Amino acid sequence: MAATGLNKQTTADGVVAQLRDAMTVGVGGWGPRRKPMALVRAILRSNLKDLTVVAYGGPEIGMLCAAGKVSKLVYGFVSLDAMPIEPWFKKIRETTGVEVVELDEGLLQWGLRAAGMRLPFLPTRVGLGTDVTRFNPQFKTITSPYADGEVLLAMPALKLDAALLHVDVADRLGNTQIHGPDPYFDDLFARAAAKCFVSCEVLTDRLDLSHAATAKANTFERSLVSNVVHAPYGAHPTSCAPHYGWDMDHFKRYAAGAGEEGGWQKYADEFLAGDEIGYLGKVGGAERVGKLPLPVF
Amino acid sequence: MTATLADLCIVAASEAWRGDGEVLASGIGIVPRLAVGLAKLTYAPELMMTDSEAYLVEEPIPLGPRGNYQPQYAGWMPFSRVFDVVWNGRRHAMVTPSQIDRWGQGNISCIGDFRKPKAQMLGVRGFPGNSINHANSMFVPMHSTRAFTEKEVDVVGSVGYNAARWPQGVNRDFVDLRLIVTDLCVMDFGGPDHQVRVRSLHPGVTFEQVQAATGFPLAQMAALPVTPAPTAEQLAIIQRLDPHNLRASVIKEKKGSDDFSRAAGAAGGR
Repeated sequence: MAATGLNKQTTADGVVAQLRDAMTVGVGGWGPRRKPMALVRAILRSNLKDLTVVAYGGPEIGMLCAAGKVSKLVYGFVSLDAMPIEPWFKKIRETTGVEVVELDEGLLQWGLRAAGMRLPFLPTRVGLGTDVTRFNPQFKTITSPYADGEVLLAMPALKLDAALLHVDVADRLGNTQIHGPDPYFDDLFARAAAKCFVSCEVLTDRLDLSHAATAKANTFERSLVSNVVHAPYGAHPTSCAPHYGWDMDHFKRYAAGAGEEGGWQKYADEFLAGDEIGYLGKVGGAERVGKLPLPVF
Repeated sequence: MTATLADLCIVAASEAWRGDGEVLASGIGIVPRLAVGLAKLTYAPELMMTDSEAYLVEEPIPLGPRGNYQPQYAGWMPFSRVFDVVWNGRRHAMVTPSQIDRWGQGNISCIGDFRKPKAQMLGVRGFPGNSINHANSMFVPMHSTRAFTEKEVDVVGSVGYNAARWPQGVNRDFVDLRLIVTDLCVMDFGGPDHQVRVRSLHPGVTFEQVQAATGFPLAQMAALPVTPAPTAEQLAIIQRLDPHNLRASVIKEKKGSDDFSRAAGAAGGR
């Protein structure tokens, strides 16, 4: 196998076994795009609870909230894009409530960046003058020590216990490539986390032997990656461009549950009772998911 | 070709970027995006715009299903780079806040108490960063006291000219609120002390009607013109950029009335 002797392959359950209650978990991707849903489903099937979830949120936030796994959310937004407001997030916010830190999108990456650089904070103007600072009194300002004397927001580091990411290809060493048009902030999630777990559409022994021509699609180094999980169609129902688009029919089915008594339990019984192979079968199999059209903007 | 109210708004909104130079012009939503495309294809070819995903394009991409049209990419603009552009300031966005107050502060986060929202909306998204770093304009498809609030917006997502909101020593130099285009009129912040000011009225609309549909007092230009009607060239470009007529869904037109007229008072509330 690999010259380094590393083999970081594990299963989704193998990842969940390394997570603990009350951990802070960052989730890569962006809204309904390239979310590590196979890993999220493994959490949904587990006994984990009281998680703090940090994300540019999509259905993972709605599902984890609906399943009672979340004690706190830190987000730049929570959206399914074609459905602008994530239905379960909306329901939870408007009814039972959950502790939230609502951030500007740029501020979220700034906090991750600070954590990745092992700094207590990074300065910025963003958030000043808005309710982001009023609703987050834990955010302090700092005065520039230079002649300008400008007052800036000291965005605190967003340190993660774990990051969950989904990529196109990975190897057993932990090398990864993202082939979609936007790598989002997966690199920052990886660097901000004590442990980073990556699921992938395709797993090979060595990317240098299988995917050398696309090495520029590697956005974070393998030393950040604790484990890799082979999870074909593991982003479903979110998209994994250029391979498949998001599943609007599935989103509608999922969203409908937010308006029904026991709606989440019905969804969980239907889609989460079995394993990932069972899940893929229930949503139409590789045949259908692989052909879900990419969204046009 | 007959111009609709949406066409009139697109043409009016396209004026927002005049004189901006090589900025990233971001039109969020159907009318603002068509407005950017129209500006780029008429008076402002230097504007930069994206495919609304991750690439820069020099030709505006038509909305909706594209048939055989293949976008040609000039550069790459993933979200990480968008934030670099935003914080650097060479961008002018046009957005649609759900609420706007007299200070130009905007809300897309939620309605009601943030701790327990009456209606959860999008969250603040990029509003804080956009508004404190670069030029911003707004498009409001239904001018009403619900959109233009009497009191401060429920959640201040984008900053404005409310002195009470600004701590001592914070740099406000980059706050730059430009046009507000609505289904009734075009406004800016050119009144005394950045007061919202009506620049032009859409055909058939009176200042009194606009004022009645706004939760705070408005200034007005001395000689208040009628918003210019789209030219045949502009209409042809809009049609080409929106072949599926998605813009028809944006503004509710009154059935059986003239193109631009609205029932007086219909915009007062919703």
